[in-house]
Amino acid sequence: MKTQNQKAWFFVLPVLILVAFNALIPMMTVVNYSVQETFGNNVFFWQGLDWFQQLLRSDRFHAALGRQFMFTGIILLIEIPLGVIIALSMPRKGFWVPVCLVTMALPMLIPWNVVGAMWNIFTLPDIGLLGYFMNNTLGIDYNMTRSPFAAWATIITMDVWHWTSLVVLLSYAGLVSIPDAYYQAAKIDGASNWAVFRFIQLPKMKQVLTIAILLRFMDSFNIYTEPFVLTGGGPGNSTTLLSIDLVKIALGQFDLGPAAAMSLIYFAITLLVSWLFYTLMTKDDAK
Amino acid sequence: MSKRHVIPILYILFLLLPIYWLVAMSFKTTGEILSGFSLFPQTWTFDNYKVIFTDPTWYWGYINSITYVTLNSIISVAVALPAAYAFSRYRFLGDKQLFFWLLTNRMAPAAVFALPFFQLYSAVGLFDTHIAVALAHCLFNIPLAVWILEGFMSGVPKELDETAYVDGYSFPRFFISIFLPAIKAGVGVTGFFCFMFSWVELLLAKTLTAVAAKPIAATMTKTASSAGYELGLLAAAGTLTIIPGAIVIYFVRNYIAKGFALGRV
Repeated sequence: MKTQNQKAWFFVLPVLILVAFNALIPMMTVVNYSVQETFGNNVFFWQGLDWFQQLLRSDRFHAALGRQFMFTGIILLIEIPLGVIIALSMPRKGFWVPVCLVTMALPMLIPWNVVGAMWNIFTLPDIGLLGYFMNNTLGIDYNMTRSPFAAWATIITMDVWHWTSLVVLLSYAGLVSIPDAYYQAAKIDGASNWAVFRFIQLPKMKQVLTIAILLRFMDSFNIYTEPFVLTGGGPGNSTTLLSIDLVKIALGQFDLGPAAAMSLIYFAITLLVSWLFYTLMTKDDAK
Repeated sequence: MSKRHVIPILYILFLLLPIYWLVAMSFKTTGEILSGFSLFPQTWTFDNYKVIFTDPTWYWGYINSITYVTLNSIISVAVALPAAYAFSRYRFLGDKQLFFWLLTNRMAPAAVFALPFFQLYSAVGLFDTHIAVALAHCLFNIPLAVWILEGFMSGVPKELDETAYVDGYSFPRFFISIFLPAIKAGVGVTGFFCFMFSWVELLLAKTLTAVAAKPIAATMTKTASSAGYELGLLAAAGTLTIIPGAIVIYFVRNYIAKGFALGRV
């Protein structure tokens, strides 16, 4: 049982100051922009909630948001089960464990723009390994700059390549924490593999999977650099995810007001989904 | 080798293919890359690497990146330690709300913050310094550090604290000589994750720097656009960005698996 101690605030203070400095001041700037119009030269006009209203009715925003949900949904549906399956089939002891862990973690340690550039080189139709193989060996017409489907398939494969290992590492950590006695008991009871998974492994992995899904949701929902470097949002607008569109508006067109309003709505959506998920998943623990 | 090992092996092959291609490219001449497809470099060349190790704009990119990443990891872990201790041991007014608020800072898209960050750090006179990037990356690294460390600390029984106080330890002495060694795996894992997320982030790092603290990733983007089609050079620079992370993960490999096992949401 934790003790009530208000002095604990002093322990939290450095974190609070640092994060607040980085979070609150920029956030207030964004809020400030979102209710004003500017034509440059630091001249601002009060705009009220116009930007928000315009944005919520704009087709462009709806389309980008739709693409964003589709992207996040697809990668979660692939990465979470795939990560769990790989973690289940990994060795638990011995020489190969660190080898597996180190190689699997490699993609996560590559700077995001390098990931984009790397997949670009990998998929170039005539000189990339994958591009050449698809076009010349398999005879599939695969060109990201022309076909939206190819572009989508590539950004999803790239994300699966990049982040499935996070799910693997987390699930694996959950798995190794299960005492052997549990498995022995299951064996004595004659439990099937499925029963072992459903009643021993899955409950033990619930916490780490919650972390994994939350992290993957937040990060994939905010993804910017990799798809931007790889496809630039194209062909056309087909892979213009929400943050790519946001940067186009904010830095490309320098429409600070609409961009700020969009940021806030974007943030609110991420927050809402994460909070719902967090509350649902931790509800049982509180009891 | 049993049948189920096929899955991790296939997965690792899938992971290594694009990396192999990047490394192979980095040893090819630009002429060979553009002239057509070849699975292995036909004429091995180290010219791409030579450029990087002799041109200051290139190698300073690496030094800058490593500097701010290290600074960030140290700051994040140092301030997260007492905070995580507070969250794991005490109940205080607003603790749950504060914990969730910290987490929300991972949810804000970096793209949202790019411009305000630029203005903020220019206003306080830190623009284009390593410490600016290190502090900015605290936004998403501190919450993660608190989260992971809190999990580890909650795995340490409270009796450890109480026994130490009974034995007459002061809080700082207990924390450093008893508590820290008990969670050293957690500190290692946390440091690793801070290093990782700071190393791979580009948008904020690029926004907050111009010349003096420019990260390697920004040097690469500039080369990609200005020097035309120097794929070999780009591939070599990319290959070199994998190395620091690989070294760090090698050191914490045994802790990683244990890492999150004790974690809780």
